[in-house]
Amino acid sequence: MKALKIILALLLPLLPLTARAQELDMQEYFFGHVSDAYDWHITTVNGEPVSIYLPVIVHSKTSGWHVFSSRHIAEGETWQGFRLAREGEPHSGKLVEEVGGEIVKPLDISITKNVLGLAINSLVVLLLVLCCARWYRRHDVLKETPKGIPGIMEMLVMMVEKDIIRDCVGPDYKRYSPYLLTAFFFIFINNLMGIIPFFPGGANITGNITITLVLAMCTFLAVNLFGNKHYWKEILWPDVPVFLKAIPLMPVIEIIGMFTKPFSLMVRLFANILAGHFMLLGTVSVVFLTAKLGAGMNAGLSAIAVFFGVFMDVLECLVAFIQAYVFTMLSSVFIGLSRQHSEAEKQS
Amino acid sequence: MSLITPDFGLLFWMVVIFGILFFILAKFGFPMITGMVEKRNRYIADSLRQADEARASLANLAEEQSKLIEQARLEQGRILKEASQTRDKIIAQAKEQASEEAVKMIEHAKKQISAEKESALKEIRTQVAMLSVEVAEKVVRENLKTQSDQLALIDRMMDELSGHDVS
Repeated sequence: MKALKIILALLLPLLPLTARAQELDMQEYFFGHVSDAYDWHITTVNGEPVSIYLPVIVHSKTSGWHVFSSRHIAEGETWQGFRLAREGEPHSGKLVEEVGGEIVKPLDISITKNVLGLAINSLVVLLLVLCCARWYRRHDVLKETPKGIPGIMEMLVMMVEKDIIRDCVGPDYKRYSPYLLTAFFFIFINNLMGIIPFFPGGANITGNITITLVLAMCTFLAVNLFGNKHYWKEILWPDVPVFLKAIPLMPVIEIIGMFTKPFSLMVRLFANILAGHFMLLGTVSVVFLTAKLGAGMNAGLSAIAVFFGVFMDVLECLVAFIQAYVFTMLSSVFIGLSRQHSEAEKQS
Repeated sequence: MSLITPDFGLLFWMVVIFGILFFILAKFGFPMITGMVEKRNRYIADSLRQADEARASLANLAEEQSKLIEQARLEQGRILKEASQTRDKIIAQAKEQASEEAVKMIEHAKKQISAEKESALKEIRTQVAMLSVEVAEKVVRENLKTQSDQLALIDRMMDELSGHDVS
């Protein structure tokens, strides 16, 4: 079955595609796939886009709240005074309104593609975890062990809790483990769903800086709200020669460090997932870019592209896990550092 | 570039959705799972410890058992020895008694035999006396067939008696 699929995939480029090959707008192709949108474009049939049109929710300073379907603005039309900003205008791609000849961005809390994807993926996480929890409520834990999905979830949960959280956070890890576990599964499932190329996957959620910003903020709050005395002393009055503190060089560095840690978390996850999406898109685009070069060339390069695409997909699955793992582990380490006791306190 | 500028709408929804997700999972999801798994781990650890203890006590039991068997064997040996001793004693006693009895019986028999012999001898003696009297009678009768003989005898006897009286 698998071999058949591969053969079909290899034969596909031999078809006279050149007839339909058209100039591929690379900019539009790449950014259209990884960035947010007001509708969820699924495919195009006979030149007609098949999309899920999502609700637009905006609040204008002049005309108040507006809720309407994104179908009305999909082709660049103006609806209730709102339209998509064109290329070259400020807030390009976003919904704007013209007030007195000036382009103004309204308060925009539309359910966009990413918001819907986020909701779907969160629901998946919720179902997976609650399904596991429900299994435990229904069964006698001392007599049987879970199989199937609850079994996998139990294994993952315990792996994260034992190997990452307990080892990195330290003795009072129980307090942080719900957040860190939620972050792990949220990132992991969102990464995986991002690799699936069709609805309901395919939304580039963890490769969106807003999402990683919120996650990094959560870690930042977890670190700084519950940091102990030793942690703050290390920042404001560290154990270094006094002249480094008189001119507050070390405290400044430490305070900058407070912010660079979550910043690095934010950028690492964002960049890794975004780069993964670009790599996959690039690999797939080879099939279409080479269509003009003739059937033989196209077939050969497409075969390579498909083979490489499979490889990239598998690699991305690994990256999806690694990035979730790394985010959770680094968050645990930062939290662990904020809960550390000084050597003197330890000995007493 | 919109790729690296956070978007407010998404930020808002992310905070809401992630907040709800975190709240539900932290309340009903993960503590349940980790708690149950820990419960099971504790149970397994307990069970292992108990099994260990049971094994140890079982080993003790086996030792005790073998000790008991050993004791029983010793007891058995002792009882058998005692029994054989008692048996020997009883046999010896019986033999002694038997021989005593035998001696007594022999003695008794001897006594009886001698008594029988005595009485037999006595009888023989009376028989002999009777016979001799009869013989004497016959002889006398033969000798005193005639009147003269009878008178002679009476005379002699008279003589004898008187002579006896005189002397």
